[in-house]
Order: sequence, then C-alpha cells, then structure tokens
Amino acid sequence: MASDAALRSVLTPEGVPIEVELADLGARAGAVLIDLVIIFVALFFAVLFAILVTPATGVIGLVLFVILSFFLRCPFFMAFELRWRGQTPGKRVFKLRVVDRRGGALSPRAVVARNLTREIEVFMPASLLIIKPSDFGGSGMEDMLSLVALIWSGIFTILPMFNRDRLRIGDMIAGTWVVRAEPVALLKDLSTQQPSRRYRFTPAELDVYGIAELQVLERLLRQPATRATQDTKKDVLNRILDKIGWDDRDAINSESFLDDYYVALREHLERHALFGDRRADKHEAARRRDRTPLD
Amino acid sequence: MSDDLLKSYRFRLEREGSWHELDALIARAERHGLGSLDADELARTPALYRACMSSLSVARSISLDANLLAYLESLCLRAYFVVYGVRASLGQVLARFFRRDFPAAVRRTRWPIALAAFLLLAGIATGWAVTAKEPAWFEAFVSSGMAQGRTPDASREELAETIFDKPEAADQLTAFATFLFANNARVGMLCFALGAVFGVPVVLLLFYNGLAIGAICAAFAGKDLTMEFLAWLAIHGTTELTAIVLCGGAGFHLAGAMINPGRRTRLAALRQKGRTATTLVVGAVVMLFAAALLEGLGRQLVIDTTARIAVGCTLFVLWLAYFACAGRPAWRGPRNGE
Repeated sequence: MASDAALRSVLTPEGVPIEVELADLGARAGAVLIDLVIIFVALFFAVLFAILVTPATGVIGLVLFVILSFFLRCPFFMAFELRWRGQTPGKRVFKLRVVDRRGGALSPRAVVARNLTREIEVFMPASLLIIKPSDFGGSGMEDMLSLVALIWSGIFTILPMFNRDRLRIGDMIAGTWVVRAEPVALLKDLSTQQPSRRYRFTPAELDVYGIAELQVLERLLRQPATRATQDTKKDVLNRILDKIGWDDRDAINSESFLDDYYVALREHLERHALFGDRRADKHEAARRRDRTPLD
Repeated sequence: MSDDLLKSYRFRLEREGSWHELDALIARAERHGLGSLDADELARTPALYRACMSSLSVARSISLDANLLAYLESLCLRAYFVVYGVRASLGQVLARFFRRDFPAAVRRTRWPIALAAFLLLAGIATGWAVTAKEPAWFEAFVSSGMAQGRTPDASREELAETIFDKPEAADQLTAFATFLFANNARVGMLCFALGAVFGVPVVLLLFYNGLAIGAICAAFAGKDLTMEFLAWLAIHGTTELTAIVLCGGAGFHLAGAMINPGRRTRLAALRQKGRTATTLVVGAVVMLFAAALLEGLGRQLVIDTTARIAVGCTLFVLWLAYFACAGRPAWRGPRNGE
C-alpha cells in the first residue's frame, strides 16, 4: 500500500468515491524515458531508411523522415493515450494511467492538451541540451540565450516535484492527473481457511486491538510459509499472548491460534463497525478516554 | 453451517460471481480493446460495473478484509477506465471538430486572437519602417538561415530570383514543404505551451517574427519588388500567418487564465480555458499543413503575381467566412462550461 500522501479520492459519476494512488515521480520519469527511447529508435531506423532509399528514389525517404520526426514527438503520446485509454507504452510498463481529476470521462481534448505542452517540457530542454548555438555559427550571446531558455524550460520539466498532486503543466491545462492502477488478485477469505475454532476468546481479549492491527495480522497470515514468516509468526504470537494475558502457553499451536484469533478479532471488529463503532487501531480506546469530558 | 460464517464472508459469497465475470471482461478489454467484447458482453459491462461499485461501498462499511477491499478498489478503478475511458472514435472527433468546435473556439477567443494579430502586424510595420530607414537593422531582425540571401545588399535580380525561381525537381519541393510544415507546427505548439506561463514569451515570439517579415519586406521594397514579394508571401502566408496568429491567440487565452483567473483558482481557470486553447492549436496545425502544401507546391506552380495575390486573398476570405459562419446554430444552443 502507498503512503497516505499519494492517495486521492476520485468521485465517480455513480457517486462512489474510488481511491487512486498518484503515480510515483520516478515511475513517471521512467515511463517518459521508455517512450523517448522508442521514439529515438524509431527515428534512428527512419534515418537509416532515408539514407538507404534516398539515392535511388529521390526524396521519398527524406519526406518520410521529416513527417516521422514530426509525428514522433507530441502526436506519438497523443495517439497512444487515445488508443490505449490514457496509457503509452512507457506508462503501460509502469502500470500508470491518465485520469480526469474530477472523475469524469477522459476526453480526447484533454489528451491532446496535456501532450501539446511536452514541447516545452521535454523536447525544448532536450534540444537545447544537445545543440550549442556557437557550434553552428552562432555567437556567444546566443549561447547565453540558449542557457537562459534551458533553465526556463527546465523549470517546467521539474514542475511535478513542486505541487501536491504531481501535475505537469499539461495536466493543469487538461484537468488530468496520472495514477497507478495495478490489478489486485482476489485471494481466499482467511475466515474460511481454518474452521477449527479450537480457541475461544473473551470480548476483553479482543478489545485490545483495532482494524490496523487486524490488517497487519491478515498480511502476515497471507505471506508464503517461509522460514522468516514462521519466525515472525512466533514473535507476533508471543506479543499477542503478552497483550491479552494468555496463561496456558505450552499447549498452543501457533498456526491455528493465529488463524482463530484473526477470525475472532475480525468478527468482533466487524460487528462493532456495523453498529457505528469503528476502531481504527489499538489506541482507539485511549483516544476516546481522553476525549470524554471529566466534569 | 451458514451461521458459522462471518457476515462479510456471506456478502462476498453472494457477490463474488459477478466480480469475477466483470474481472474477466475488463481483463479482455484491457488486453485486446473494447472491440473484442461482443454486443451482449458490452451491454453487460456497465451493469456489472455499477454492481461492483455498490459492492465496494457496502464492503467498505461491513468488511475488514484488506485484500477484499483492495481487490474491489482496483477492479472498480480498472472497470471505470474501460467504462469512462476515451470513447469517441478518431473519425467522429475529427468531424465534430471541424464542423463545430474549431470555428466556435475561434469566435469565442476573438479578442486574444485580435491581440495576437495586432502584435504580429505591429512587428511587421516596425521591422519594415526601421529597416527601410536604416538597412543595418536587417541583420538584427533576420537570422542568416531565414534570409537565405534575401538581404538589402542583394541586387534586384538576385532578389527576384528567390521569389520566381523554380527549383529543378518537384521532389525537392515536397521535401521542403514537409519540413516547413513540421517546423511551423512546432512553433504553433510552442506558442500554446508558452501561453500557460503568463504569455510574455508569446508576445516576444509574435513580435519578433513580425520584425523579421517586415525587415524582409523592406529589403524587397528597396529594390522595387514590393508587390511581387507580397504576392509571393500571400499565396501561403495568408493561411500560415492566420494559423500562427490563432496559436498566439490560444497562448494569450491561457495567459488570461493565469493572470486573471476571476473567482476560480488558477488551476480551475487554466483547465477551463485550456479546452478552447487546445482546439485552436489543433485547428491551426491543420491550417499549417495546408499552408505548407501551398508553399511547397502552389507557390512554384503559380508564378504570376496577380494570380498569386488572387489565390492568397481568396483563401484568406474563405478562412474568415469559415470562422465566422461554420457551426453557428450549435454554438448558440445551451452549452456547459466555456
């Protein structure tokens, strides 16, 4: 799970908010790099083709190259995001997607708008970095201007680092943001895995934990049974036993005890949640005590 | 037996079938596109999606199974992308764009466009006046690559050659036209992108381009070739410069959102104005494509000065008529947003 800072809720047209996780900046940079590499390779082959074909058939190769070098810039991103519903090859690798910020449908216009600005965010700084005017007969003054332009356009390249929602200038104009959407598999429900129910717990023994601890326990129980998992389970078991003050420790089977405790705790917490008493974690009781007026 | 099960697990048992069905449909749509679903499956998808949304909101209140919640969240999100992704086909989008969106956007932003046109014309006038008086300014306004020998120092014959000469191969023309299109379209997009940063660079870009054109005008005027040069420029220039002005207008429109967002936040204003501005730029890129064809082919085929002016002016009038009249009734109808 991501940290809360990256979670946003999108209100769908059905009125149900869905949690989305904002894409990590590193993943986004990686996605752009992959797309640029694809573009670069395609252009390389276009040049090769142009060189091979041009002497024989006039300028067809050259025309193809010029057309390609235009369409392999912003339009490359637009075409993919339109066709693949908000994804480019790079975004697909990192499981990223472009979404409308307000939860509406992603419009073709938004896709076009957010990619037009790549001209100043990606291509301008890139060409300024590569080309030095004085190497092509420009003056020293032009070098300075090019440096200023590089710094200026560089600001837009790093803009996503400086706002909460990690928006590019194109995202701002189009009203979109980039989220991570990875499929999650539906696993077996742990409450049915071990119907032994050898251990019984009193409400007092279940009141010591909240939802956060329950879900930590769930993650532990779902881990593949390796040596390390076994050790962690022993450790967790001891901590639970300490916490609830369980006496008869020798006869305990650690696997089925944890399974049973999980089921009992979940039933307990779900029943309370159903009656409007959601306990976030083990500190819930203390928090409520503090809030009660002493009068 | 069923009393032994948790409430949240019984809920899962009841709904699980429809989740798996949706999951399979979405997985197929993700891999092979919506086209791989048959009519029946397409009709079922929204219903299953809505059922899944309702499962999610129920699960949030009754289930504490983290994996189940994560699964439903991700399934709903993936289904949401499929149901509310980009829907229109490219053909539909294009037809609507040229029939209605583009001319309507031009009409809506006539003041920013007028400002852009004014700046370009002011640039031309300044460049012309200054260079006519003092030819030394020419080099400051026009880069050597752009001038290609069309300097005030060149003789009348050399200048005339640049506007009447036919390159040998028609192939070269095509290559040249393609290059010009790619170049100009890039300038147009740059205008748009620069608008979002308060528009100052757009002012510079328009005015500077105007200066260059004006300076070249002056160079030709100095050798008594004014009409000939204007005709040479007009045949594609009316289309090309109009497109550049539209891009500049789009930039100013965006700049307006940044400078004076009104009661909205800058972000909201930018988003709203961005829609119109994008429409302008995309339309302008298509116009630039037409201009490149005219420049590469039309200009070399039509040599006569009067004919060149006629073609250029006719095109300009046609563009104006298109912007003024196309898609009117739909524009007057009730519309949301801008």
